Amino acid sequence: MKLSGAEIVCESLLMEGVDIVFGLPGGAVLPLYGAMAKYPDLRHVLVRHEQAASMAADGYARATGRVGVCSATSGPGATNLVTGIATAQMDSVPMVAITGQVPRGAIGRDAFQETDVTGITLPITKHNFLVMEVEDVAPAIKEAFHIARTGRPGPVLVDIPKDVLQDLRTEFVWPERPNLPGYHPPGEAPMNQVARAAQLINQAKRPVIMAGHGVLISQAYNELIELAEKSQIPVITTLLGISSIPSDHVLNMGMPGMHGMAYNNLAIDQADLLIGLGMRFDDRVTGRLRDFAPNAQVIHIDVDASELDKNVKATVPVVGDLKKVLNQLIPLVQPNVHLDWHRRLDELKAEHPSLHIRESEELLPQYVLNRLSEVAGGDCIVVTGVGQHQMWAAQHCKFKEPNTLITSGGLGSMGYEVPAALGARMGRPDKTVWSVAGDGGFQMTMCDLATAVENNVDIKFAILNNQSLGMVKQMQDVFYDREYYAVEYSGNPDFVKLAAAYGIDGMRVTRKEDVDDAVRHAMEVSGPVIIDFVVKEDEQVYPWIPAGESVHEMIEEQPARGGPY
Amino acid sequence: MVQPAQQEQHTIIALVEDKPGVLTRIASMFRRRGFNIASLAVGRSEKPGLSRMTFVVAGDLETVQQVTRQLDKLIDVIEVSYISTHQVVARELALIKVTTMPGTRGEIMQFAELFDANIVDVSPTSMVIEITGSEQKVNSLEDLLRPFGITEMVRTGLVAMVRGQESGMGAENLGVPISGNGAMRMDSGI
Repeated sequence: MKLSGAEIVCESLLMEGVDIVFGLPGGAVLPLYGAMAKYPDLRHVLVRHEQAASMAADGYARATGRVGVCSATSGPGATNLVTGIATAQMDSVPMVAITGQVPRGAIGRDAFQETDVTGITLPITKHNFLVMEVEDVAPAIKEAFHIARTGRPGPVLVDIPKDVLQDLRTEFVWPERPNLPGYHPPGEAPMNQVARAAQLINQAKRPVIMAGHGVLISQAYNELIELAEKSQIPVITTLLGISSIPSDHVLNMGMPGMHGMAYNNLAIDQADLLIGLGMRFDDRVTGRLRDFAPNAQVIHIDVDASELDKNVKATVPVVGDLKKVLNQLIPLVQPNVHLDWHRRLDELKAEHPSLHIRESEELLPQYVLNRLSEVAGGDCIVVTGVGQHQMWAAQHCKFKEPNTLITSGGLGSMGYEVPAALGARMGRPDKTVWSVAGDGGFQMTMCDLATAVENNVDIKFAILNNQSLGMVKQMQDVFYDREYYAVEYSGNPDFVKLAAAYGIDGMRVTRKEDVDDAVRHAMEVSGPVIIDFVVKEDEQVYPWIPAGESVHEMIEEQPARGGPY
Repeated sequence: MVQPAQQEQHTIIALVEDKPGVLTRIASMFRRRGFNIASLAVGRSEKPGLSRMTFVVAGDLETVQQVTRQLDKLIDVIEVSYISTHQVVARELALIKVTTMPGTRGEIMQFAELFDANIVDVSPTSMVIEITGSEQKVNSLEDLLRPFGITEMVRTGLVAMVRGQESGMGAENLGVPISGNGAMRMDSGI
């Protein structure tokens, strides 16, 4: 039976096991929407802004490990997807974005709603396709999903002109395998490299594991724990590596870097071996490169060869799928206890208690997140925006299971917290999902509260409301002589009334003693809830290694001073 | 003319799919990551549907290692090889238009002959010379012709090939082994 290009897209999505498409229609993509209406197994979630479609697909992908799918029309629809696509690219999130394009004959003529979206997304996708013949639709989608989810995952965009979607000339033929002669994601690593890595581990006196997002992506959490326990190696988790090992695991040290624990940065400074697992030595982790881990040899295991030696030169670089490589490595690692090293680390922790929340009558954001995590029980999914609240969540929330902290690490996209929570909860309806938001980021994407309400997506929003762009304000405070400019929000809406406007529960919390009850109440209510935590303004995130500096310039606590503080 | 300090130059060959947009992808990657292309030549290869590109890249070895790995990561790039460590044949073609006067024509023709270059066009006031050879050979002729007045010049950029049966070093061997064929590293004397 002959099918249209659009129907072939739907058939292909079903072959890939897609159950949800986040999107918003428009002229050029309409044939696809016409077809989707005939495929009830494909649930389309209509968003209010296309940025929510790509970010919801991202949140869905991170929560489930499956490929997130979004769709939009040509021109502004496609460009609105861009921030979400770039977010997924920076954080290696599997996503397929399908966009309508103007008909082939109109391409290149500046037609209505025409943009060169494959050109625009070229540097922010793992790969993209402009499908010019209906015969190529099924192969392009097959290849898009294959590329998106294998190797180092990433977003793939498939742009299809309207007349290709309408073309009714071919039957649906699902290719047996993708035809990608230039694409070979690595599997196991060469044994001699693994052996060299094991040798360094067995000789190390002060080793540290740095676990990144790759541990979660390759589902190597058990292997990570096995390696760490076998040789009693402390585990530091990067922002995106958080939840790859339970927070309460005795070897888990938490986050390093700019707003990481002081003792972690000192441990890295004193370590004689760094074992980087599925991470990329981002500048937020390393600070000034020439002062990073001066005493350490480096084992760097990653699936993407171009990450090795990019920022930090590896003594032993290993290319391979992390789970497979760890299974090769673990039998070669000798049991050890590293007693002296752990004693030293205990001293560092005692001397630099970075997670201490000071006594205060005021509602401190750190306190809110600490209580939220405690009351919610640590087995919920926490989705954050970007800024101070994100760092406090990374510092103070506790995680029990993999993939339960969802945050935009690489791109740092404010506004992520609303749509990513939508996607996460739709992918994992069995999990309580907390969207930890800043008042700034929340207002970037809060239009998609409507999408949550419409689809009865049960998200608990915790807005840490300091009526400002807190992280920027913090930087202006320290680096710009407290010349606050364009960081204060004096016209924020009443978020409780906003909740009412959307027909959902809203609460305002201004006192410490009300935090636990509010969190508990939110979890008892069925459906979305907004809690407006009016927190202390001008609270700052510490420890802090300012950008481009090193552990030696680390500021551990908010300096005391007079004035408005 | 003051020349900036000469950076090391490295030759990389890539076999790529002959599809629309491939050149853009590659050029975009070079631009985005701040790599310098000294020259780039593209043409059909011996395999149907595949083109071969020759890059001359300026930078240190670490940069070149990054370039090859980033190239290899592109889906449309089938194979990347670094050939500066090998015996290679490297050639460039140039067309040079020189101003002529009755008194200079003979001398220009002599230079052309000396360089095995062809005179492919003659007008009363100009001549077009076609030269093929190594980059240095082309540079030398260019230098000799400059005093006569070069009004136009076009150079193809280098195309290169490893001599004999070898084919250069794959990206996987430039520092990091991907397949199991040994831990060759740029810093260990390959």
